[in-house]
Amino acid sequence: MIKLKPTYIAALLALSSTASNAAELNIEIQNLTHGIYFTPIAAVVHTPETSLFEVGEAASTELQMMAEGGALDGLSTIATSINADVLANPAGGLLAPSAKAAGALSTAAGNTVLSVVAMMLPTNDGFIGLDNWTIPTETGTYTIYLNAYDAGTEANDEIRGSGVPGMPGMPVPPPLETLVGQGGSGVAGADTNATVHIHRGSIGDNSMTDGNSDVSNTVQRWLNPVAKVTVTVN
Amino acid sequence: MYQLKKLPLATLVSSILLLTACGDDKIVEVIKEVEVEVPAPVPTPVNFSYEITVTNLTNSQPLSPVAVILHKQSHVFSVGGIASLELEQMAEGGDNSGLMNWGFGLASRSGAAPIGPGASETIMITIEDVSDANLSLASMLVNTNDGFSGLDAWNVSQLALGDSWTTNAFTYDAGTEANTEAAGTIPGPADGSEGAGFNTDRDDSGFISMHPGVVSSDDGLNTSILTQAHKFDNPSMRIKVTRIE
Repeated sequence: MIKLKPTYIAALLALSSTASNAAELNIEIQNLTHGIYFTPIAAVVHTPETSLFEVGEAASTELQMMAEGGALDGLSTIATSINADVLANPAGGLLAPSAKAAGALSTAAGNTVLSVVAMMLPTNDGFIGLDNWTIPTETGTYTIYLNAYDAGTEANDEIRGSGVPGMPGMPVPPPLETLVGQGGSGVAGADTNATVHIHRGSIGDNSMTDGNSDVSNTVQRWLNPVAKVTVTVN
Repeated sequence: MYQLKKLPLATLVSSILLLTACGDDKIVEVIKEVEVEVPAPVPTPVNFSYEITVTNLTNSQPLSPVAVILHKQSHVFSVGGIASLELEQMAEGGDNSGLMNWGFGLASRSGAAPIGPGASETIMITIEDVSDANLSLASMLVNTNDGFSGLDAWNVSQLALGDSWTTNAFTYDAGTEANTEAAGTIPGPADGSEGAGFNTDRDDSGFISMHPGVVSSDDGLNTSILTQAHKFDNPSMRIKVTRIE
């Protein structure tokens, strides 16, 4: 059993009697990977009845826009329509491997769960995902580890292409232009599972000019978890 | 145990006033100060001892002798941080001697030998009079270039006497050696235990991250000395900490 200091217990008791749904949060997202970049991150606090994605269900068009091209416009529109509180793009662009980004967020009463998404580059439609994590009412600092998901909307061909939803291939913005190979013949066809699922990882190869994949097999790969989210409830 | 200590409170300064009558009847005050050292009772040291059981969860990645460190300051490793020389030596070559003598360490113990896949080892560490030390562990997955597992700065004051805490540790990449998996670069048995361990060159990302996993020759990296047997996932190590004193 973990021993709690008496002062801490007292603080918990005091808080539990005045629990409120509105909260002041600080949210930090760290990229844990060795060589994967994250596109602009969306941290969305919303009602438990809504969600940005569900495993085992087809991705929405808005999620697909994020997962295939890193675009947050669609998800922002949804967030507005459900009166969510949004921390958008705290990194101000791509979040490099091992880097962190953080921001503060005031949440409205009723918005009690946190979701976090961002596309993983280079992938076709891989994204980091946190789905409806219930925000504790007690003040404190909480850590959540995120897995990599596959949106199930695009073939994982692992070759350069487009970030436009429905268009094949991976978007390759700077600084990935020089890190991703070219001339790959393509790895995989359409996903067998067209719903959101845990990403099976990339195959990659060790050629920058040919082979199956434009992804580096030793660097641009990952094991779960891929991101760490630290939420401070103030 | 009692010991002599020159503590301010333990120092008695006796002022002895001597009145000396001289021949011309003038009274001269002579003050003589005598410093007396008295034995100050020192509380009996309190030992805090922890039993740490490490289990290797991998298929075919022996873990190098585990470094167990108690410290109050700093971090043995952190994702996004730059590996210390001591960590690099452990992560590239399985040599924990640098970590055993790490500057911030207050107590350290090394595992007796590498821990094979599926095996475990229990290591005991004791620290005197420090109830709130941080516990860190580190051990190399020896069939990698610079992969390691461990725990960074877990505060042991959370444990009451007799209590245990168990965690599953991730696999990290020191970021100091490229993951070529090539012959001659892996110190473990996969490379005949003849591969190079530590060298001072840093030719990788430069920062500590989660390990991306190994590719192996069976998965398309034909220059890899590793096979499918050496692949691993998270977690790679189980750690159980029990406060026994």
